[in-house]
Amino acid sequence: MSYSISHGDTEIAEKLGKLRVLVTLWFKRILLWLLPLSFLIVAFFFPLSRILGLTFDLNTLTLENFQTAFHVLLFTLYQAILSTLITLLLGLPSAYLFARFDFRGKSVLRALTAVPFMLPTVVVAAAFNSLLGSSGLIHNLFPHFAFQFIGTLTAILLAHVFYNTTIIIRVVGNAFTSLDTKLEQAARSLGADFLHVLWNVSLSILRPAILAASILVFLFDFTSFGVILLLGGSQFSTLEVEIYLQSVKLLNLPLASLLSIIQLICTIMVSVLYTRVVTRSTTQTTPRSESSNLRKPKSLRERIFVVTFVILLSSFFFLPLISLPVRSLFRLEADRGQRGEVQYGFTTDYYTELFINRRGSVFYVPPIKATLNSLTYASATVILSLLLGFPAAIALAKPTRLEKILDPLIMLPLGSSAVMLGLGFIVTFGRWLTSPLLVPFAHTLVALPFVIRTLQPAIASIPQRLRQAASSLGASPFEVWKTIDFPILRRATLAAATFAFTISLGEFGATLLISRPESPTIPIAIERFLSQPGGLNYGQAMAMASILMLLTTVSILLIEKIRLPNTGEF
Amino acid sequence: MLEVRHIFKTYEGSPLLNDISFKVETSETICLLGASGSGKSTLLRMIAGLENPNSGSILFNGIDLASKAPHLRDFGLVFQDYALFPHLNVNDNVAFGLKMRHLGQNEIDKRVVNSLELVNLGGFGKRKVTDLSGGEQQRIALARALAIRPRLLMFDEPLGALDKKLKDGLLNELRTILHATKIPAIYVTHDQEEASSIADRILILHDGQIIREGTPGEVWANPRSAYVAEFLGLGNVLEGEVVSEMMNSEDGRLNIKTEYGLFDVPCKRKISKGEKTKLLARPFEDRNELNAISGRVADVIFHQERYKVVLDNGLYAYLDAAPNIDEKISVKVKVECLA
Repeated sequence: MSYSISHGDTEIAEKLGKLRVLVTLWFKRILLWLLPLSFLIVAFFFPLSRILGLTFDLNTLTLENFQTAFHVLLFTLYQAILSTLITLLLGLPSAYLFARFDFRGKSVLRALTAVPFMLPTVVVAAAFNSLLGSSGLIHNLFPHFAFQFIGTLTAILLAHVFYNTTIIIRVVGNAFTSLDTKLEQAARSLGADFLHVLWNVSLSILRPAILAASILVFLFDFTSFGVILLLGGSQFSTLEVEIYLQSVKLLNLPLASLLSIIQLICTIMVSVLYTRVVTRSTTQTTPRSESSNLRKPKSLRERIFVVTFVILLSSFFFLPLISLPVRSLFRLEADRGQRGEVQYGFTTDYYTELFINRRGSVFYVPPIKATLNSLTYASATVILSLLLGFPAAIALAKPTRLEKILDPLIMLPLGSSAVMLGLGFIVTFGRWLTSPLLVPFAHTLVALPFVIRTLQPAIASIPQRLRQAASSLGASPFEVWKTIDFPILRRATLAAATFAFTISLGEFGATLLISRPESPTIPIAIERFLSQPGGLNYGQAMAMASILMLLTTVSILLIEKIRLPNTGEF
Repeated sequence: MLEVRHIFKTYEGSPLLNDISFKVETSETICLLGASGSGKSTLLRMIAGLENPNSGSILFNGIDLASKAPHLRDFGLVFQDYALFPHLNVNDNVAFGLKMRHLGQNEIDKRVVNSLELVNLGGFGKRKVTDLSGGEQQRIALARALAIRPRLLMFDEPLGALDKKLKDGLLNELRTILHATKIPAIYVTHDQEEASSIADRILILHDGQIIREGTPGEVWANPRSAYVAEFLGLGNVLEGEVVSEMMNSEDGRLNIKTEYGLFDVPCKRKISKGEKTKLLARPFEDRNELNAISGRVADVIFHQERYKVVLDNGLYAYLDAAPNIDEKISVKVKVECLA
């Protein structure tokens, strides 16, 4: 009897103990998720619900609106598919070049092709403008070669290719590098000529990689905003541009909402397709080659190919990037009305002018103020996204069932476009649009997925034993975090912070919709300068874009330097 | 049939192949045997047309192949890691070369079935190549090369990735197939057992040259050089100095002094007193022999129904019965002169 009672007691005690562990575990999880989730609900899901509410309204779902949406969608698809095809046209041979040949300056050229991908859209737009625009270098220095560039579809396509070729080079090139050349040799010995080897063997095996890279490129082209607005102009109404026009210029928020929901559905569908292609392509075992496939170009055909593409790639990627800072230091225009003669030559005017409030207006602020705004917003974004990202990353590093559900939700803002985030803020916080807090909030929304994805693997890589050892030696949970986690994570934290900083500096879409006129950021200021006539305005746009390019490049280099020692984690 | 004439090839500035010449006759299987890095695979790739020699020529039936692109040579090539196309199933892999030759679908189907039956994988046609075992994959690779009815078959370490049992089985199959089809073949390997069991003739490659050529029997019986004896693992290679004049020119026996003792050895070539030479002491005990190796037993290893006995001076021999460790023994073995 007594035995069974005591047995029952221990059972209850055991259950109570288990329950206590469970409760503390859940309590911890809830504590970790409290801030990030509340932020997401307020800044993303609530605005999303407002957009949905505006969309699914009988006054919105009219035939006329659907017709507009259909035309806009059609053009968006058209330009995205065209851009993707041209990107493939340049990217596939380039991938082959980097995967198969060894030549001098290869690593530099490869790095160069990757630079545009990380630059803000305004910088890329300004760079192309400085080279090919009507106030650009070619128009003024080599008028014979000049052609109408800004405001054409060509400009949009070229900028998209400029941005995304690196994706093809990276994804397809990596697959190409790991493709065993013995397969190609086997095919040759079986009677396949060069084209048959390429088509029936190499490209067939690489098809999943090519498909995955193409979908990714398509996704970026589909949601592209800054490039289209700044290089094409508002007559090229893609979904993004139209959302912006409808919500800011025409104040038709319901139509803007409808368009952004269509956009969101499309991006989610494409993302799902991408995930499927990627998982399918990883299950197909491509034979890995053990030896290096690299060789020096030998035959005449190979030499012509390598030389042609090295020249093509280096000029295509280098000329716009160098022409921007050159143009910002080089006077080209006839300052009509002011001095009446064409002036050429070196000048720092465009930079000094940034500090001057030329119009003497109360509402007008000197452009350099935009730089200060940007730096302030970027710092706020860093603090905010780290504050929210850290607990989320800690929770995600040891995922339970809860995290499996929350993980895709955290990443969802990544799938919705920046313009849509801005629209969400407009329809939700209309009253507080004057608050300086909104911009860093929007930037944090964009940066948070990157911050979490940078911190999470670093946290997961710390062995639990270390923490247990520390707590067995008497460290409280906070002390454990302070003495173990933080020092180990300093590198990852710095990388995440730089990510957030860079993203905030270059963010254009959301900022354009919600920033207050009197406190623009650098990208907004560039957009304004570009849209105003006059050589001085143009020069100042070039100067600011050069500053932004410098800031971004330094940040990218910093991230690369931080990431280098433990590249395996990323 | 195939004739290789005075091939020279450098690799990254240093000579790899240095005046290589040989022939492959109708329905003959030759084996290029050499250590890794000896250039044997490069030689094969040059015959296939995948690489070019610095100088020299390769002829088939008297016609120089220099200007013939690899896909027009009709030479079958089988790699160590099979190089099966992962995106095609077994049938499509085997049919690949036939499609490149624009054969009719009926002819293709017939040849694919025949080739698969030849390698004992009939009925495997619809399988994914990535689902097959290593041995099966290599047989598909062979079927793929056979299907084009090549004028010459080339094997680049085809069994290197397989385990011993599978290797022996496949070697036998390969011999049967090569005999049945009468296709001349070049087989590249670093494994002397593979070479001796597949080759009609063996060519041993060392320092960019063919240093020994002959049937497996000839090469094993008379390795000629210390390198070949060591590479084939024929026994203990010793260094010695001739201490006697050649007495009798008919049997040509010499007294040779080594650090392991004095040996009375038959020599085919003339060596004068005071000259240095290398000796091969075969490891098998033969009580009829004059010479013996002796020492204290350091280690005894069971080796295929015999015992490999290693002596404290580094020499070894195979004995039928295991001696005790530290026991002092003397084993009568055959000792011969090397170049």
